[in-house]
Amino acid sequence: MLLIDCPYCGPRAEIEFAYGGEAHIARPAADVSEEEWEAFLYLRDNTKGVLAERWRHAHGCGRFFNALRDTRTDRFHAFYEIGTPRPDVGDAA
Amino acid sequence: MSGAFRLAGRGRIDTARPVVFRFDGRMVRGYAGDTVASALLAEGRHLMGRSFKYHRPRGPVSAGSDEPNALVGVGEGGRYTPNLRATQVEIHDGMVVVSQNRAPSLRFDIGALNTLAAPVLPAGFYYKTFMWPRGFWDKVYEPLIRRAAGLGRAPTAPDPDHYALHYAHCDVLVAGGGPAGLAAALAAGQAGARVILCDENVEFGGSLLVDTHSLIDGLPGMTWVARIVAELERLPNVQLLTRCSAFNYGPHNMVALNQRLSDHLAAPPADMPRERIWQVRARDVVLAAGALERVLVFEGNDRPGIMLASAARTYLHRYGVACGRKAVVVTADDAAYRVALDLAEAGVKIAAIADLRPTPGGPVVEAVQSRGIAVLPATTIQRAHGHLRVTGAELAPIGADGTVGRGRTIACDLVLMSGGFTPSLHLHSQARGALRFDDALGVYVPGESVERVRSAGSCRGIFALDEVLRDGVVAGLAAAGGETGPVWTVTRQDAPGAGGFAGALPRRGPGHLALAFVDFQNDVTAKDVKLAVREGFRSIEHVKRYTTTGMATDQGKGSNVNALAIVSDVLGRTPQEVGLTTYRPPYTPVTFGAFAGHARGDQFDPLRLPPMDAWARAQGVVFEDVGLWRRARYFPRAGEDMAAAVARECRAVRGAAGIFDASTLGKIEVVGPDAAEFMNRFYVNAWTKLSIGKCRYGLVCRDSGFVYDDGVVGRIATDRFHVTTTTGGAAGVLNMMEDYLQTEWPDLDVWLTSITEQWAVIALQGPRARDILAPLVDGLDISAGAMPHMTLREGSIGGVPMRLFRVSFTGELGYEINVPSRQAQAVWDRVWQAGAVFGLMPYGTEAMHVLRAEKGYLIVGQETDGTMTPGDVGCGWAVSKVKPDFVGKRALALPAMNAPDRLQMVGVLTDDPQEVLEEGMQLVTAAETPVPASAEGHVTSSYFSPALGRSIAIAMVKGGRSRMGAALYAPRLEGPALKVTLVDPVFYDPEGARLND
Repeated sequence: MLLIDCPYCGPRAEIEFAYGGEAHIARPAADVSEEEWEAFLYLRDNTKGVLAERWRHAHGCGRFFNALRDTRTDRFHAFYEIGTPRPDVGDAA
Repeated sequence: MSGAFRLAGRGRIDTARPVVFRFDGRMVRGYAGDTVASALLAEGRHLMGRSFKYHRPRGPVSAGSDEPNALVGVGEGGRYTPNLRATQVEIHDGMVVVSQNRAPSLRFDIGALNTLAAPVLPAGFYYKTFMWPRGFWDKVYEPLIRRAAGLGRAPTAPDPDHYALHYAHCDVLVAGGGPAGLAAALAAGQAGARVILCDENVEFGGSLLVDTHSLIDGLPGMTWVARIVAELERLPNVQLLTRCSAFNYGPHNMVALNQRLSDHLAAPPADMPRERIWQVRARDVVLAAGALERVLVFEGNDRPGIMLASAARTYLHRYGVACGRKAVVVTADDAAYRVALDLAEAGVKIAAIADLRPTPGGPVVEAVQSRGIAVLPATTIQRAHGHLRVTGAELAPIGADGTVGRGRTIACDLVLMSGGFTPSLHLHSQARGALRFDDALGVYVPGESVERVRSAGSCRGIFALDEVLRDGVVAGLAAAGGETGPVWTVTRQDAPGAGGFAGALPRRGPGHLALAFVDFQNDVTAKDVKLAVREGFRSIEHVKRYTTTGMATDQGKGSNVNALAIVSDVLGRTPQEVGLTTYRPPYTPVTFGAFAGHARGDQFDPLRLPPMDAWARAQGVVFEDVGLWRRARYFPRAGEDMAAAVARECRAVRGAAGIFDASTLGKIEVVGPDAAEFMNRFYVNAWTKLSIGKCRYGLVCRDSGFVYDDGVVGRIATDRFHVTTTTGGAAGVLNMMEDYLQTEWPDLDVWLTSITEQWAVIALQGPRARDILAPLVDGLDISAGAMPHMTLREGSIGGVPMRLFRVSFTGELGYEINVPSRQAQAVWDRVWQAGAVFGLMPYGTEAMHVLRAEKGYLIVGQETDGTMTPGDVGCGWAVSKVKPDFVGKRALALPAMNAPDRLQMVGVLTDDPQEVLEEGMQLVTAAETPVPASAEGHVTSSYFSPALGRSIAIAMVKGGRSRMGAALYAPRLEGPALKVTLVDPVFYDPEGARLND
C-alpha cells in the first residue's frame, strides 16, 4: 500500500485516496477539432518512468493534488498543488 | 520417554509435560514443544501424507515452513484447517490431526495406482489427457480430477474463531530472528530506533536453535540467543513477535505479518483471536530470512525416510528425536558433515557419506573420517529403494569424465541429502528487488531494491557465523542510522566450505527420471521439466505453469533452483539467462480467516438504513438491497404475493395517495457567489434563469457526452442550489463536481456539501396528496396556484424545518417533504395519521418503478449504460443550445453522437397484453432469425401496469423514435419469438394533466 504525502494533511495510507489519472491534461475549449477533443478524452502517455498524476484525498481533506511517481518503482518524487507547474526532478529513477 | 526414537536429555521440548493427540484416530504421545512431525518421528514414523498427483507415500523432508510433503488437516468442525505443515503444527492435548490425500488409509491408497499411470500423466497432463471427447469433461474428467487431486478438504461449517487486524509503524522492521536478525535488531534498538522483530518460529534463534557446535563469546549458540533476547526485551523501543511470519512485502515498506495466537493452546481464552494480521509500515526493513537447504533430485528421492540433512539436525536438537537408526548421507557441501557428526554422537549409525565433489576436505571432513565414518568422494546416489519407508541407497562413483559407474546398495532407514543452501529471496523479490546470480555460490542473491530494505546474513549468501553477526549489526545500524553497535567474537564455528549442487544428479544409464522429484507436493519430476522444454517451453515462467513446478503451497522453496538448473541444462544456457520465476506472496499460506479479520457477517459491508427503516419493518415490509442501502420493496398484506401488493400500492397512488421513503436520494448543496455559474458549466441544462423557489430536472453528462446522472435541482437562494442525484450516483457526482471545481474551474467561488444523510425525504404522491399535506405545513399555502408543479418552499411541518418540493416521479400530484433525518419519523407519523381518512398507503421501490415506467421516466443505469446521450433517452430538450460550454458539450456535437441510427428510448407493447417481457431481451426484425442475429435493440424496463391493465416495457432501439408503430420480435430461449410494437414511452397521462392538478 502506497504512502502518499497529501500536501494538505501529510503522509497517509493509499486507502484514503482516490486515483485521478494523468495530470496536466488541460480541458480544451468547446470549439476545438474532433482530433483535439479525442486526445483530451482518451489519449494518454502510458509512461514507463516518472509520471505526473492526480490524486484526491477522498477520505481526508477531499482535495485534489498532483504527484510525480515513477511507474517502475512506485517511488514518489514530488507532491504539489493543482495548478502549479510540474517540478523538475530530472530523469530520477 | 515416549517414542522409540526419542533421545533422553536432548531437545528443547518439555519432557515434564506429556501431550496426547490423535493422528488418523490413533493416540500419539509427545511433549510440550513437539510438532506433529517430531512426535510422529519419535515413534519412528515418517509416513505422514500422500502426494497430489500420484498419491505417493510421503514423509517430512524438512522441519519448517518449507515442508512440501507432510501436510495435515488439524481440528474439527468449523475449526478444521487443511494443508497445515506437520513440521510447524505445535501439538496440544486433545488435538485431532488427520492425514490427507489418501483413500482408504495412509498405508494403503487406491490413488497410488496413479504411479502406474504415470505415462499418461506427464507435464501438462491437464491440457493433454482430458481433451477428448469434449462431452466427457463435465461429467467424467473434471469430477475425477477434483476428487483425485487437490489437497485437503475445505471445512463447510462457519469458522467459530475470530481474527484480528493491527496496524503498526516502526523505524526498523527485522524479518527473521536468527543470528543476523537478532544482531540487526539489537544494533538498531540500541541506536534508539523503534524496532519490530518477527520470526515464524516458536522461539528466536534461527540456525542457532540447531547448532550445538558454534560458540559466541565462548557461549553455546542458544545461551547467546537467550542473552540477546533478554537485552531486546529490556529495550522499550523494541517489539518481539514469535509465531509471526512476514508473508507479504508491499510498496513503500508495507509488510504484512501473520501472527498465530491460539492454535498451540489446548484451551485458549474465548476472547483470544486465533490469528492476527499486522500491517507494518516500516521506514526501513532488514530481511534476515535465512537460507533453505536444497533437496537432491534422484530416482525415488521422495521415499519416506529421505530428508534434508538440516532437518535431521533440527529433529535431533530441537525435539530430541533420531530420524532413523542407520543413515546414508548424500551431500554436495560441508554442512552435512556436521549433521553426520551430531547424529553419530547421538547414536545414529552413519553408514556412509557420499559426496558429489571429487575432493572433499577440511576440518569437518577430517573430523568425520577420524570417527571412522566412510566418506566416499565423487559419489552419487543412483536411486533409493523402499516403498512406505526407504530401505536402501544405491551409491555409484562418478568418473573423472562425469560418467557414473556401477552402483552398490547400502541398507539404511534414513537418507540425508544436502544440495547446499539457497538464500531466501522471497520478501526481497516481492519488494521488487533485483536478483543477482552469484557464480561462486551458484545461487541468486539480492540485488538492488527500490525500497529502503537491506538483506543480512545467509539470505544474501553470507554463511559463516562470525560474518553473519557482523552483517546483521551493519544492517541494523544502517537501518537505524546508528554508528556503533555490539561486537561479538565467534570462538568456534565451521567454515561454510564450497560446493552445492542444483539440477538432476548424474546417473548411470537411462534410469527413471520420471520418479526423480523436483517439486514434491505437485509431483513434478525431472522428466516433466525436461519434457516441457523439449515441447517448446523456453521461458521459465511458462515451464512453471505448464509443469506446475513451484506452484504448490510451499511456493517452490525447495524446488525452484533445481527446476531452473534442469531448464538451463537442457537449453544450454546459463541460469542468469533463464532467470527465476517471480516470487509471489504469501511467503507461507495464510488462512482466509486472517485475511477477512473482522470483516465478516454484518461487518463485511456497511448497511445503510433509511430513516423509516424500523417503521417499514413493523409493517411487514419486504426489503431489497440497493447498493449499500436496504430499501422497502413492497408492503404485502395477508395473502398477497408481490404482484398483488405492487398492484394495490400502484392503485392507491393513482387513486388516492401513497407515501414513500425516498431518503436514499443523493443530495448535494451547491453554495457560493458563483453557484449558478458552476451549475451552468456542470449540467447540460441552463440555470441562470431559474428563479428562487423553482425546480428543474437536471442532467449530468461526462465530457464524453454520455449521460452520467440526473435529478431534480431546486434553487433555494441566488447563491444556493439543492441538488438531488440518483441513489447510487451521489458519491460519484460529488467527486466529479469536486474534480471540475478544483482542477478545471478554480476561478469559481463555490462550496459543495453532501447533504444526503442530513435531509430525509418523504414522498407523498397521489391526487389526495395536497388534501393530506395542507393542514400540516404550519400555514404554508400549497394550493395549486400558490405552489405549482416544479416549485419548492421553505417552511416547517409541525415545527420541524422543511424544504418542500412539489415534484413527481409517479406522474401524480406529488410532494417530496425534506426534513432533518432525526425528526423524519415524527413527521412521517403525522403524515401517515393525517392520510388515513384519504386512503393513504405506503409503497415501495417496486411500485415506484412501475409508476415511473408508466410515465416513461428513465432511470439512469437502467435505460442508460454509459453510452447514451441525452438525445438517445429522449432528453435532448434539456440540453442548452446557448451556453458556450458545459461538461459534454463538445462531444455532443460530434457527428456520431447525433447519428439517426443510434439506440433511442421507446415504448414497447406486446401483442398479448398479459405477456411481460424479460428485461434484457434482445429485439430483432423477424420472427425467425438465424443465429447469430444482429439486434435492433434491447428491453431495459418491463412491468405489468395496473393502471393500463396490461404489460408495458421500455426499450432502446436503433432509430427508435422514427419507427413508431413498427413491429419487432423478442426471441425467447423456449417458444416462438414475441411480436412487439414500438410506441411512445409515455404510457399514462401523456398530457401531464395529473401532474399539474
